[in-house]
Amino acid sequence: MSKTSLPPPENLPMRLTRDTVSEGFKKRVAELSGQNPDSCYQCGNCSSGCPLACEMNILPSRMMRLVQLGQEETVLESGTIWICASCFQCTVRCPRGIDIQSVMDALRQIALDLGTDHFGPDQVTPEQAATVPQPGLVSLYRKLST
Amino acid sequence: MKRIGVFVCHCGINIASTVDVQKVAEEVGKMPGVVFATDYIYMCSDPGQALVREKIREENLDAVIVAACSPNLHESTFRTAAGEAGLNPWQLEIANIREQCSWVHSDREKATEKAIRIVKAMVEKTRLNESLDPISVPITRKALVIGGGIAGIQAALDIADAGYEVILVEKEPSIGGHMAQLSETFPTLDCSQCILTPKMVAVGKHGNIELMTYSTVEEISGYVGNFTVKIRRKAAYVDWSICTGCGQCTEVCPAKVPSSFDRNFSTHGAVYVPFPQAVPNKPVIDREHCIHFKTGKCGLCEKTCEIGAIRFDQEDQVFRREVGAVVVAAGYDTLPLSELKEYGAGRVPDVIDGLAFERLLSASGPTNGEIRRPSDGKVPKEVVFVQCAGSRDPERHKPYCSKICCMYTTKHALLYRHRVHDGQPYIFYIDIRTGGKGYEEFYHRAEEDEGIIYLRGKVAKIFRDGAETVVWGTDTLTGKNVEIRADLVVLATAVIPRKSTARLVRKLHIQAGPNGFLAEAHPKLRPVESINSGFYLAGAAQGPKDIPESVAQAGGAACKVISLFSRNRLEQDPAVAWVDEDLCGGCRICISVCPYDARKFDEEKGIAVVNEALCEGCGSCVAACACGATQQKNLTDVQIKNMITASLGGK
Repeated sequence: MSKTSLPPPENLPMRLTRDTVSEGFKKRVAELSGQNPDSCYQCGNCSSGCPLACEMNILPSRMMRLVQLGQEETVLESGTIWICASCFQCTVRCPRGIDIQSVMDALRQIALDLGTDHFGPDQVTPEQAATVPQPGLVSLYRKLST
Repeated sequence: MKRIGVFVCHCGINIASTVDVQKVAEEVGKMPGVVFATDYIYMCSDPGQALVREKIREENLDAVIVAACSPNLHESTFRTAAGEAGLNPWQLEIANIREQCSWVHSDREKATEKAIRIVKAMVEKTRLNESLDPISVPITRKALVIGGGIAGIQAALDIADAGYEVILVEKEPSIGGHMAQLSETFPTLDCSQCILTPKMVAVGKHGNIELMTYSTVEEISGYVGNFTVKIRRKAAYVDWSICTGCGQCTEVCPAKVPSSFDRNFSTHGAVYVPFPQAVPNKPVIDREHCIHFKTGKCGLCEKTCEIGAIRFDQEDQVFRREVGAVVVAAGYDTLPLSELKEYGAGRVPDVIDGLAFERLLSASGPTNGEIRRPSDGKVPKEVVFVQCAGSRDPERHKPYCSKICCMYTTKHALLYRHRVHDGQPYIFYIDIRTGGKGYEEFYHRAEEDEGIIYLRGKVAKIFRDGAETVVWGTDTLTGKNVEIRADLVVLATAVIPRKSTARLVRKLHIQAGPNGFLAEAHPKLRPVESINSGFYLAGAAQGPKDIPESVAQAGGAACKVISLFSRNRLEQDPAVAWVDEDLCGGCRICISVCPYDARKFDEEKGIAVVNEALCEGCGSCVAACACGATQQKNLTDVQIKNMITASLGGK
């Protein structure tokens, strides 16, 4: 009889300290985006208006929340920042006037600084290369790779 | 036979959509003696009332039935209208066909039949109604205010400023209440003592206020306008009439007593003034801790006092006072930490409650306003605030919202941040409730600009791990659990009524709700009155309240008292109990069941009589009376029997 082992825990409690909730990652996001993440009061309007929310594993409003609590790893590992189309729906809807799209930009910047490209020539099929307008491909390179 | 008029109200569609009002008027109009019956869309409107007046005169009516809403709403409206038309107001009755019929039924035919019977029953009652005159009683224009917190202070000042005398009774040695313990007040951050102490001084100096601190109400008897109270003043063992308040006795006293004012963070002597701004600024001796009372020795205070104000032989004094109205402002308490087992039951070091944190913040507090944790005096860098500690928890603690905690916890976190710049406050909450002027803005300032971390979730457990205090909570906004190793934890414990409030309720014969807070006469329309005439409510004894609300309610209660005192005599409803002296056997059952002390035994006549001024007309004694000697005016046994017959479709 083979022994089954439990999978590694996936939902460990967040250990919050004054560094995680005010220094480091959170400060860097605020600097890069020019936005105060603490302004967000979690109404959820950004998420409910996001046209790509259905594709995201973490909704924009929860991304804001995770930034407030300095949860760098969870935020950067999330696919959300790469799925975001930068359509500004969230920014124009935010009742607190937060430019959430700039926060997403800042998060992508931090992720790219860590040296991982999320888009490259190998991901473009010959068919796409022939049909997608060139400015579109260029902006994808600029947004999703270093 | 009486000439009776019946007016059936549509109440817009409230009655008319379920009850065929024309048919009701038609059917009742067939009863003998009913000389006029009609329906009308809004009886309570001016034209509706005018119709009643007009028909009383035209048809020469002896009695009137208005079939409409509950008598609670418009009985007095229509009785006044009847009086204006020359009819004795007690010849008018309301038949309730809205709350007791149209609102609770949907079958139109059956509802109409029921409405007809309700009105017919009222016609039968009214046939035997006597014309009554209101009971007129004199009034003592002096108020008693119980409780010297901000609510009691405000009520006393407002009544006294209107020119009436006030007795303010406070059980502590000084007035000021909980507000005197607070540091700053939300959302303006005014210094609490700075705005309170001028009012305390004003009370102490007011020519119309007799201040009785260290005193409690022992007993009250009488009725609105005419109460007699017995007030017990505890022996202070200091003759306040000669004491200058120099404070030398308090300095020499060698005893060490934990200061309840400072939430036990500091000590004072057995002879003490609770805080420097106390009013009156006179010391009392705590007999339990005084070395002289325990051993017969010491007496240092007595030796120090040059004018001889220390009086170890002083005894409690009982005063009798006549008053016309009572404002109950008995204040609140907070749930003891020992009740909160999941949060360490008060045994985990550095887990304190909100009032204790107020003392740490207070410039005149035990740490002079420096935030130092009680266990080792260190400045805490990670501070966790836990809201709803015992509130909104019907299973284990209190079901209600304590209302003030969202705001005071935000204030605590903000003031902490101002004192400890590199410190991090966290607030665990279920909901943030900021329903007050400037409150939402204050909360956003805390969240947005002050770096306070709000975590949406209830804390499950607080425990000790080695030298650390661990807080286990959750943040439902991220869907993740949270663990914080805290240097200090502040619990926003539930606001509860004082233990003494229950005793006071019994003494005053007023009511309390299921959670022990004082009950108002109507939750919306009579929020500052008790159901019992002459008693008014102010402050958190009636329910959790912040300072502006307490002050507003106190002002409201004071206005009610002033309005009462502005009358020459009081008029009371004469539909009270009455005794047939020939029938009464003197068994005294009525005396034992009367909740208002209105029944007394007349030794000379050997019967139980009714004090009409005290009687509220509740009918308890009428029901209890074995021989039918006690009858309620205009609701006699014969009337009730006739009503039952009519209700069952008879006659």
